[in-house]
Amino acid sequence: MIRFTVNGERLETDISPTTPLLWFLRDNLSMTGTKFGCGMALCGACTVLVNGEPVRACSMPISAMAGKRVVTIEEIGKTPVGKKVQDAWIAEDVVQCGYCQSGQIMSATALLTKNKAPTDTEIDAAMSGNICRCGTYNRVRAAIKTAAASGSAASAPATKAARKAKASS
Amino acid sequence: MKSILLQPTVLNSEFPDTADASRASRAALPKRSSLTRRDFLKTTALTSGGLVIGFTLPMGNKMANAQQPPKANTAPNAFLRIAKDGAVTVQVKHLEFGQGVMTSLPMLVAEELDCDWTKIRAELAPANPAYAHVNFGMQMTGGSSSVNNSWMQMRTVGATARAMLVSAAAKQWKVTPEQCRTENGFVIGPAKQRAPFGALAEAANKLPVPDIVMLKDAKNFKIIGKPTRRVDAPAKVNGTAQFGIDITAKTVPNLHVAVIKRPPAFGATVKKFNADKVNGIPGVTHVVQIANGVAVVAKTFWAAKTGCDALVVEWNMEDASKASTVDMRQSYRELAAKPGLPSERVSNGDALKAAAKTVNAEFEVPYLAHAPMEPLNCTVRFSQDGDKPGCEIWSGTQFQTVDQGAAARVAGLKPEQVKINTMIAGGGFGRRANLASDYIVEAVEIAKQAKVPVKTIWTREDDIKGGYYRSMFVHRVSVGLDSADKIAGWNHTIVGQSIMIGSPFEGFAVKNGIDSTSTEGVTDTPYEIPNMNVTLHTTKTGVPVLWWRSVGHTHTAFVMESMMDDLAKAAGKDPVEFRRGYLAKQPRVLNVLNTAAEKSGWGSALPAGRARGVAVHESFGSVCAHVAEVSVEKGQIKVHRVTSAFDCGLAVNPLTIKAQVESAVVFGLSAALYGNITLKDGVVEQSNFHDYPVLRMGEMPTISVHIMETGAALPTGVGEPGTPPIAPAVANAVFALTGKRLRTMPFNLDEAAKAV
Repeated sequence: MIRFTVNGERLETDISPTTPLLWFLRDNLSMTGTKFGCGMALCGACTVLVNGEPVRACSMPISAMAGKRVVTIEEIGKTPVGKKVQDAWIAEDVVQCGYCQSGQIMSATALLTKNKAPTDTEIDAAMSGNICRCGTYNRVRAAIKTAAASGSAASAPATKAARKAKASS
Repeated sequence: MKSILLQPTVLNSEFPDTADASRASRAALPKRSSLTRRDFLKTTALTSGGLVIGFTLPMGNKMANAQQPPKANTAPNAFLRIAKDGAVTVQVKHLEFGQGVMTSLPMLVAEELDCDWTKIRAELAPANPAYAHVNFGMQMTGGSSSVNNSWMQMRTVGATARAMLVSAAAKQWKVTPEQCRTENGFVIGPAKQRAPFGALAEAANKLPVPDIVMLKDAKNFKIIGKPTRRVDAPAKVNGTAQFGIDITAKTVPNLHVAVIKRPPAFGATVKKFNADKVNGIPGVTHVVQIANGVAVVAKTFWAAKTGCDALVVEWNMEDASKASTVDMRQSYRELAAKPGLPSERVSNGDALKAAAKTVNAEFEVPYLAHAPMEPLNCTVRFSQDGDKPGCEIWSGTQFQTVDQGAAARVAGLKPEQVKINTMIAGGGFGRRANLASDYIVEAVEIAKQAKVPVKTIWTREDDIKGGYYRSMFVHRVSVGLDSADKIAGWNHTIVGQSIMIGSPFEGFAVKNGIDSTSTEGVTDTPYEIPNMNVTLHTTKTGVPVLWWRSVGHTHTAFVMESMMDDLAKAAGKDPVEFRRGYLAKQPRVLNVLNTAAEKSGWGSALPAGRARGVAVHESFGSVCAHVAEVSVEKGQIKVHRVTSAFDCGLAVNPLTIKAQVESAVVFGLSAALYGNITLKDGVVEQSNFHDYPVLRMGEMPTISVHIMETGAALPTGVGEPGTPPIAPAVANAVFALTGKRLRTMPFNLDEAAKAV
């Protein structure tokens, strides 16, 4: 029996210990916000936080979760940093198809939780594990900076595009 | 609103193609929509007292040979619902897969409806003939045409609802409709009476649908043309957006998951299989053979995947493709040395004999996988309602009409018995518009045999190895310059597979053996080139091919714009200046080229080790130019900056348009720098993102997109036209920096050095 928490809820499971965390979340808990992209920890679509660290859930066996705290996209908006990141994502109109964005937001939240004002190089390092085929990278970067710049959730978006967009949304 | 009657026109012939549409002049007068009353179907079953506007369009028959459109389902045929609480729900007839139609199509409706934008909700429409593409007569998303074909249709939906709401208010207030106006979700009467749309919806629904509605003059637009944030964004940042792959037992009780063991080479078939090691795996419920492999069905993906890995299949390899990239390269180059089938652009080639100089070049591009982030998937449930059998499908598809027909054939049902719920898709880039409905058909086969609802999921390996690639192509080009360094003649031979030949669309896209998707971008080049002779060899390899974001333009723009750069060099001219000399009759292309050059600081000094390259290309009715600024560091090409100018006619949502150009640049850069599917003895050599890499965050250039303000009356293509010119812009920049001419994608500086 493996015991751990997902989004603050205590769980125990006796499924095959080699089952990746991703499929436990998706198929056993029906929590589909965390996405399957590659199955080899190459694309980052499945990123979740385990004890605060970004982890690729597709390649993380459930057995390794014993005693750990898992936070997913479904819950990240309840943390102050996660909320700021999600707000910045909206302000910068980051998403396109949106499929990779759960993972992008989890990686960005992990980064900003540790580093309140990351440099471009630090953003590159933290985010290069997250592939986006729509090519939203520059807006991801802008949103991370917007989130970093916002002292409170109510502060204004940082880029020109976001300010312009504000008028009509 | 005073009505000015224009010549009545038929809606679906109003925009014969996007290119013509883009050249149309700005409309000076309000447009009268020509939909007749009988085209409208009011459906009241859906709402409790709201207003529902829907209509059937006269079916365009341009693709009539493709397949018989299914009969109308009994599903509500509606584009718009206004609820009592004022919520305005728009049924979006195109697939949302990143390009932003869930925002742009509702913008067209909201503009004419005069509703409160914050009350807009967007839903993806299910498969139904009512949602056919206005130009193509079938429900589909492609050709960068979603906004263009919806332009009049969606505005008319909004204007019709507005007229009915106004009539309802006028009746209530005992005034004439002409005395009323609308603003931000309210009808306002002559005595400053105000009624919200929601309160009028029920009364409006009882009124006759007007024969004629007025559309706004562009100068009065309040929503169209304004940068507008995406309506699908909130659900996509908190994990609640439901993609096809996210269908669970909550939506489809007793849902199972299937993973398929697929053939090792295209064309191989199952000889026999041994499931001994599969049957004991907890959660596995079925092992079923289908046309293209053996599927393991289980309670969860992981059980199905584990079962699939344990399955032993013996394959018939007799009919399997034995294609190898190395051999194909050789044979394609041999073919390219000989003229192929003449295209519509032919000359006798004599002009080159008298040329003072000749520039010869050979280009090669590989197979490319689409690799959308959401792996292909499809959920299927068979049902039996009394004596009525049915089949319900949930999938992100660009091709509902085709898929509905294909699913029906496999299911043994009529198309109208197949319900397709269109799910938002995690990218597609053409892969989800499959002429054979491959990922739909196999899922139906599995669910039919397993007799349980099944969600079939592709692994990334299935996706990369699964075919339907952008075709490999070789081009051989010889261009003669006269003694004044002007182009005297242009001989061009293209070698590659056809998408359309053998498909249901052959009659539509193939003329005299020439698949226009193989030659587009060359034969219709905007450059004024005399004595152009374009021929085509269409090859057969057994490797399935398909459209890939910008289709033929993916390779033809690379070839044309690399050649123009080479010719500028041969003529001793600046690359921008040289191109201008062939664009005198193409003011639109010229303006875009000039804008990109100006905004990039073309000609100004750059830091040491940097250089710029330019390319411009017209596709999908739009024109895009990129200037790329590059360096070479440790033998690797680094793209620092891309400056883009883009003319897409009337820009409906500039915020999304810029995003699409950025997206197209990144997509094209991934192909230019990395994209390469190769085969050896029929086996695809790549399998996942480690050996089929794509651009990542740290490799991003800054991208600045300048949308041309042209005063155009109509929107043209947005999703694809940014992709074609990026590879040649980078290649031309590398040439300016190093003198090495990159003529093979993906770019390889060492190989280019050998070629020099």
